[in-house]
Amino acid sequence: MSAWVSAGLLILGATLALLAGIGVLRMPDVFTRMQASTKASTLGLGCLLASLALRNPDLSFVIRAVSLGAFMLLTSAVAAHVIARAAALGGAPLWSGTRVDERPSKPPAPDA
Amino acid sequence: MPYLDVASIIALAMLALSAALTFIRVITGPTLPDRVIAVDLIGVQLVCLLVVTAGATAQQALLDVAIVVALISFVGTVAYASYIERSRS
Repeated sequence: MSAWVSAGLLILGATLALLAGIGVLRMPDVFTRMQASTKASTLGLGCLLASLALRNPDLSFVIRAVSLGAFMLLTSAVAAHVIARAAALGGAPLWSGTRVDERPSKPPAPDA
Repeated sequence: MPYLDVASIIALAMLALSAALTFIRVITGPTLPDRVIAVDLIGVQLVCLLVVTAGATAQQALLDVAIVVALISFVGTVAYASYIERSRS
């Protein structure tokens, strides 16, 4: 029973990681690409780690899986924030369909 | 349990396809933050590949390698971001 759950979580995590790759390739500007990559890949890695802990229920595997998951949850958010701050301060161009831009000093929009 | 091995192979193939798609963005990224995001995502996908391989072969040394790769990828991303901010000003 737990083997079937482990296989399902494995396929689900790989699908989410594939969605992160497709999102980075297909999204229109820097910030949408970043949210696709960060959210989908963090959730995918969480599913893969849960599958690993179900498949090998040793204490050493579970401790490493939990610590790796906690580390990725912390650092992916920090890395996304730092890259978004650098891109926004550098005046990265937004997608032409963007409705709200809350940056205080706007760079010249491409087609406004 | 053969179906777990089949699921592992399918997951590895999907992760490799995802890394290939991300590498296209590394090549054609219009700005430097795009390329940094794509390289960071390739690091996460490498961690995913190591986790799936560690589960399939039951070797916990690969999980230690995954932790080290995640740490180095994070430090590299933060260093690139500070480089981008400093080069603009």
